[in-house]
Amino acid sequence: MIQEQQWLLSLGTFLPMAGVLVMLFIPKKNELLAKEVALVTAVATVVVGIYTLVQFDYSAAEKLQFFTTNDWITPIKATYTIGLDGISLPLYFLSMVITLLVMIYSWDHVPEPGNAKAFFILMLVLQTGMAGTFIAQDLILFFVFFEVVLLPMYFMIGVWGGENRQYASLKFFLYTMFGSALMLVAFIALFIKTGSESFSLPYLIENGAEVARTAQMWIFAGMFIGFAVKVPMFPFHTWLPDAHTQAPTQGSVILAAILLKLGTYGFVRIAIPTLPEAAPEWAPVIAVLAAIGIIYGALGCLAQTDMKRLIAFSSVAHMGFVMLGISTLTPLGINAALFGMVAHGLITGMLFFVAGSVKERYHTLEIARLRGMLVELPKLGWILGFCVMASLGLPGLAGFWGEFPAILSAWNPAEGLSLGLFRTVTVIAALGTVLAAAYLLWLYQRTAFGTPNRELAGHDGHGSHHGDGHGDDMHDVNRFEWAAWIPLLVAIVVFGVYPQLMFKVMDPAVTAIFGK
Amino acid sequence: MLAASLAEFVTPTIDYHALAPEIILALGICAVLLVDLFVTERQRWITGMLTGLVLLGSFVPIVTLAVLTDGARSLFDGRYVIDDFSLALKALFVLAGYVVVLLSTNEMEEGHYYQGEYYLLMLTSVLGMVMMASSRDLVSVFVALEFLSIPAYMMAAWRKRDALSNEAGVKYYLLGVFASAVLLYGMSLLFGIAGSTKLVDIGAAIDVSAGGSGVGLQVLAIVFVIAGFAFKVSAVPFHTWAPDTYQGAPTPVTAFLSVASKAAGFIGIVSMVYLAFPGAVDVYQPFMWALAALTMTVGNLLALKQTNIVRMLAYSSVSQGGFILMPLAVAGTGDSAGPALKAVVVYLLLYAATNLGAFAVVIAVSRTTQSGEISSFGGLFSYAPGLTVLMTLFLASLAGIPPLSGWYAKFGAFTAVVDAGGPWGYSIAVIGAVNAVVASAYYITVMREMWMKPAPEGRSTLVRVPAPVTAALVLCCAATVILGVLPGLVARFGDLADLTGAFGG
Repeated sequence: MIQEQQWLLSLGTFLPMAGVLVMLFIPKKNELLAKEVALVTAVATVVVGIYTLVQFDYSAAEKLQFFTTNDWITPIKATYTIGLDGISLPLYFLSMVITLLVMIYSWDHVPEPGNAKAFFILMLVLQTGMAGTFIAQDLILFFVFFEVVLLPMYFMIGVWGGENRQYASLKFFLYTMFGSALMLVAFIALFIKTGSESFSLPYLIENGAEVARTAQMWIFAGMFIGFAVKVPMFPFHTWLPDAHTQAPTQGSVILAAILLKLGTYGFVRIAIPTLPEAAPEWAPVIAVLAAIGIIYGALGCLAQTDMKRLIAFSSVAHMGFVMLGISTLTPLGINAALFGMVAHGLITGMLFFVAGSVKERYHTLEIARLRGMLVELPKLGWILGFCVMASLGLPGLAGFWGEFPAILSAWNPAEGLSLGLFRTVTVIAALGTVLAAAYLLWLYQRTAFGTPNRELAGHDGHGSHHGDGHGDDMHDVNRFEWAAWIPLLVAIVVFGVYPQLMFKVMDPAVTAIFGK
Repeated sequence: MLAASLAEFVTPTIDYHALAPEIILALGICAVLLVDLFVTERQRWITGMLTGLVLLGSFVPIVTLAVLTDGARSLFDGRYVIDDFSLALKALFVLAGYVVVLLSTNEMEEGHYYQGEYYLLMLTSVLGMVMMASSRDLVSVFVALEFLSIPAYMMAAWRKRDALSNEAGVKYYLLGVFASAVLLYGMSLLFGIAGSTKLVDIGAAIDVSAGGSGVGLQVLAIVFVIAGFAFKVSAVPFHTWAPDTYQGAPTPVTAFLSVASKAAGFIGIVSMVYLAFPGAVDVYQPFMWALAALTMTVGNLLALKQTNIVRMLAYSSVSQGGFILMPLAVAGTGDSAGPALKAVVVYLLLYAATNLGAFAVVIAVSRTTQSGEISSFGGLFSYAPGLTVLMTLFLASLAGIPPLSGWYAKFGAFTAVVDAGGPWGYSIAVIGAVNAVVASAYYITVMREMWMKPAPEGRSTLVRVPAPVTAALVLCCAATVILGVLPGLVARFGDLADLTGAFGG
């Protein structure tokens, strides 16, 4: 553990809350000022993030850096222990960048019913919760940050969402609440079984192995459900399509890019390292559920008529690949999973952005009514094409490096895991990539090709009377969209061409934990 | 025998410092009574202000006692004890009383109620609670209980031109008196068994595992005593008075009942269980287990169906009571007596601030809406964002979502039962976990109403929130947020809360 610049992570995590405090005193009518303060806060947060990237010692990526530990809740031995290693660094930074980009996008896209101040405040609170989850090295601290994101996302979906938002937000809330209740009980049980000494993660990793086998199995089960709901894994995924479809674009992007990763991150960071005996027992279950998720998600995609819902189902499939990588318990598999998490965040985040912009222009996401995007809105159409290619795992783009190594690793899982089962799963997962190509290309074909639907054309059709007086929503990608999207598009290409950039940060940390 | 003990009577030395909170409250009661006689109708607010000052004044010696006392101060042959446990709870009662005064000020003034008498009764009730925290003797426990209950019966019926309020008072009174009778009967049996009214002596006399003919009597006594207190804390199946009383009583009184009065009942249970019944673990644990499981489940299920916010909060407070009882179901298992006691005390402290806050918002909002229906909160976010955010915080805290104080309360309760383990511990933990999720469903209903429903036609502003209510809101919100982020601040009280006499001390 490297205990230098101990203030850095706290600053990066809690800076958004400082912005929130300032924003509370801005009158609601002064929307511009509220947005400016939020944006400045987000930029400052990213600057802190970049400084963290620069200061991070890449030659010691397996160690927890900027590590600090302080007393927090002494009676229950929970500590304020934070640190960052190669596993959490990419996700920590990604959460900061995504928040900033979403804010830029929101500048002129505050969804109905308005109230930019509240909307931006929620995004900043979310940011603190997400970043905090990735730096927490204490289970109670992790749990608190994990829960901080719950209410802001609930309100984001429930207030600014689509028509069926109340149902979707309630479902999201209850599912997550249920999962985290079990997760907390599992944390407490682990704490007690290791001698009620400490909730600090390094301590628990060191002592978790001594917990009796049956107890480990039960504790893992609790964590499994808690994290699996968040991922979401089949069969706990049913909240996701509803939440994604009803959430405003910004909510969908944050949900897809970061929130889902809290679950997979929990597996890699907490469940598997602390319970080394239970992990191999549960790994086949995870692998099978992951394979079901891959196929089920893909078939679900083929059946969708709504573009956003289709992307949501594709998330189920993609997170299936991530979970498949995790289930192998090999360094290669975990690396693939971590890469897949970031890649899915970039790509699916982008897809939701595009879907939001499509909805804004066409006022519908019904695939059957969309066509000819390449003719009418060529730039948007091309961007959609690019994202579709990235999402189906085209080599040379980031998506490939999450999927391909995950499948590869499943062929040779860690010692002691059933080879036959994992090889079967490998074949199923490989079939899943074919299905992925099918549903994504079919989506692209139906929406982008062909001649534009006159009924939806902005100039004289349906669209105009929804407009805000300009009478024309049918414009191609605007500057706010470019500003929000270019960083993501560039990252998809850069990580696709040079994946080593991220692998070399993650690999030492992964090998240190899983290479034993 | 009586004559002999009279002859031996020696005047006890009185530790005036230790009794200072009670003395200040008693003097305050006289002062309010006198002042009320001499002020004109328009100056009645003075009585309210004076009450607030008395409560804050009695808080001062509580602090000095906490700072200066090392260990415990035992008075009257150990029948009245001032230790960290009692001081933490005295502080709770006094401060909760102060917040209720803040909430009452405008309600009392605008409703043209009898103000002087109201505050007088409230101070009396608080005095009873403060005494309850220190009582370690059947007689003083019973006197404290009646002292805190009888004024509350009258306060519940304070809106005397309102039939609902009258019903609230009468119902509370009849069932309360019935419970007192049951309790008293149990106590008389205890006295018969032990030959002493001192709780520690009773504890020494009761031993159900010894067998023999006396066991049946002992079990009967224990069941009667716990059932008597179960009425006070509105534990299922003794909860039926609570919703009607809560709904009918003036809202500040409801806040008072659901927080302070309830906490006093729990202290009664805790003192009995820890001091008088340690030899009857096998009797009280299953009883507590059943009470806790029933209370949280039934309270939750009924809360789900409510359309009135106060009634919903009433059932929610019933269900929260189940969580407070939960650790007691394992209080005698292994060495979990300490953790269980801490969990109960911490829960009471954290729950008080949050629940008072929720009632404060209800009071503030109902000034505008003139309604207690949950649907009257529709669209609150659009015209009162501040109150909406506050209510959201309080409800989220009640639901146990970190980083708001309620999570730590629930956490403590769960840790206590999981730590004790065994079939009883694990099963109640699972029941509790399921209930925690169910409970979040009805808290979220209110949030949904506030944030996602449209405001009623034509409503764009809120009737001004009176300054005292604002002050109460700020206090409760600060407590809810700060104690949620740094729960160590109250957990420390729990940590020191060795109930003197209970752990061989």
